[in-house]
Amino acid sequence: MSRNVCAGFMPLLDCAPLIVAAARGFAEQEGLNLVVLRETSWATVRDRLAVRHLDVAHVLAPMPIAANLGLGPLSCPMQVPMSLGFGGNTVTVSRAVWEALAREGAPADFDAAATAAAMSRVVAARQARGEARLVFAVVHTHSAHHYELAYWLASAGIVPGADVELIVVPPSLAAAALAAGQIDGFCAGEPWGSVAVAQGAGVIVTTKAHIWRASPEKVLGVRSEWADAAPDRLDALLRAVYRAAVWCDDPANRDELARLLARPEYIGQAAEALRPGLERRLTAPDGTAHTVPDLLTFADRAATFPWISHALWLYTQMVRWQQAEMSADGLDIAAATYRPDLYRRALAPIGAMMPSANSKIEGAPAVETPAGASGGRLTLGPDGFFDGRIFDPENALAYLESLQTGASAQKISGA
Amino acid sequence: MTETALHILVIDNDRLRASIIEEGLREAGHARVTIIDDFKAIVRRITEIDPDVIFIDLENPRRDELEHMFQVSRAVKRPVAMFVDRSDQASIEAAIDAGVSAYVVDGLRKDRVKSILDTAISRFRAFDRLKRELDTARTALAERDVIDRAKGILMRSRGITEPEAYAMLRKTAMNQSRRIAEVAESLVLAAGLLSREGEP
Repeated sequence: MSRNVCAGFMPLLDCAPLIVAAARGFAEQEGLNLVVLRETSWATVRDRLAVRHLDVAHVLAPMPIAANLGLGPLSCPMQVPMSLGFGGNTVTVSRAVWEALAREGAPADFDAAATAAAMSRVVAARQARGEARLVFAVVHTHSAHHYELAYWLASAGIVPGADVELIVVPPSLAAAALAAGQIDGFCAGEPWGSVAVAQGAGVIVTTKAHIWRASPEKVLGVRSEWADAAPDRLDALLRAVYRAAVWCDDPANRDELARLLARPEYIGQAAEALRPGLERRLTAPDGTAHTVPDLLTFADRAATFPWISHALWLYTQMVRWQQAEMSADGLDIAAATYRPDLYRRALAPIGAMMPSANSKIEGAPAVETPAGASGGRLTLGPDGFFDGRIFDPENALAYLESLQTGASAQKISGA
Repeated sequence: MTETALHILVIDNDRLRASIIEEGLREAGHARVTIIDDFKAIVRRITEIDPDVIFIDLENPRRDELEHMFQVSRAVKRPVAMFVDRSDQASIEAAIDAGVSAYVVDGLRKDRVKSILDTAISRFRAFDRLKRELDTARTALAERDVIDRAKGILMRSRGITEPEAYAMLRKTAMNQSRRIAEVAESLVLAAGLLSREGEP
């Protein structure tokens, strides 16, 4: 069995564990020849997986679920044996929108509830004056960015698609689109929010971590056929990427990580542009630097564990935004896409932190809390959605109904 | 039985490649070809053009945007599915290998689209070949330039003629089992360093 692994990635900070596994010898230690290939769009990642150019990839967490549900074109059966961490995204708006938000009392501390409330007043005032709808960009239809931005807007009564437009723009072009006035805001992974700030085009108003503290973002997506063909090879890859993720979380390695990721074959941006995200220090609207401890987590607090409750939450959002129909089959397919069993098989033998459950109540606990685990002391939390809701994966339907109460005709529209 | 000609849209910011594809499609008898080389007002333009088949460079970073628009826009009337037929794995692989992605309006007969797809794939490949040839030609030009500069340096510093300078480069290259262009490049680089060190 070949020990070659072709892995696709997009130039974003959270591709780090895959890059580090390849470049720092973690894959080699496992006897793997891990080749990482940069792609230019999620569509290309998906296509190359489908025709077996790629075996595995750094993908948006909802993508493998969407593939298994048959939602997009050209899908192949996918599995998620590992998450690539929490967080990483910012909501960045144009300077003009920030000024309007500030007049409506938006704070400069990234608080999600207060900025959403100010946003709803800005949107209402624009409607009253008969002005064009604000246009927000996300990176993909099936992305956590889409779901968290829509969640944040809807929490303040703003109906995405009706009150504001949602379109898709690649993250690397988002800062330019903001500067050119083609969009009014975007939700994208770092470094792109900080790049917009550095260019003077944008202001970060809140972050993924402020919307949902320990929330899923990217995962290691694996072609089912490839995973099933050689379980040993998959286990070796998971061990390599896990050790790389732990390495990425170590503050002592940040400098080296920034310089590595900056290289043209990886993210291809100046190391300086990558630092705000890696150091979890963002420029607030008032120009001061704020530490956001949960901005990006590679491995800590079991961030690499593929929680089935994450898959189910993502599925509820596909239903909420009318990408999928709620069904028992859909719930089963979403749950079966995530494979904590494979994670355990590969990582329990090396003593990795191993939660005892496969699913948990999302949005809780509010404070750091010990959790059942082997391989060390595991604390989960602090977690939480900014609006205080919790998601019980056993009651997905009731959760969905509670979210939709009062909302009408929520549909994401095109440009 | 007459069928209306399919309208083909090529989205490519590489004008040379777009025109090579267009030419190929026209030669194959497909007269209705439109080329767009940027994403300005893309929804309105696609609505106006109302294409049956869309080709876009596989590496175009805006494909996610395009696919999102196909899914949700009410302006683009007919749903657009990728490729001729999901089950036609060979065509899909050929297209992706060639670096092209295709979107085809749902419900079009497979035999009508297959020849269009095959033409586009072969034209993408032809463009790749052309690009490689151009790169080779450019490299050759650059090498000639660097050899000329190396000869100039030798002629000035040693007071020798051009044939003598060239013979010296060739001899060094043979002795070191390197290409003349490589030797010339080292010489130009070294001369550059030395002259810079000499500056105040």
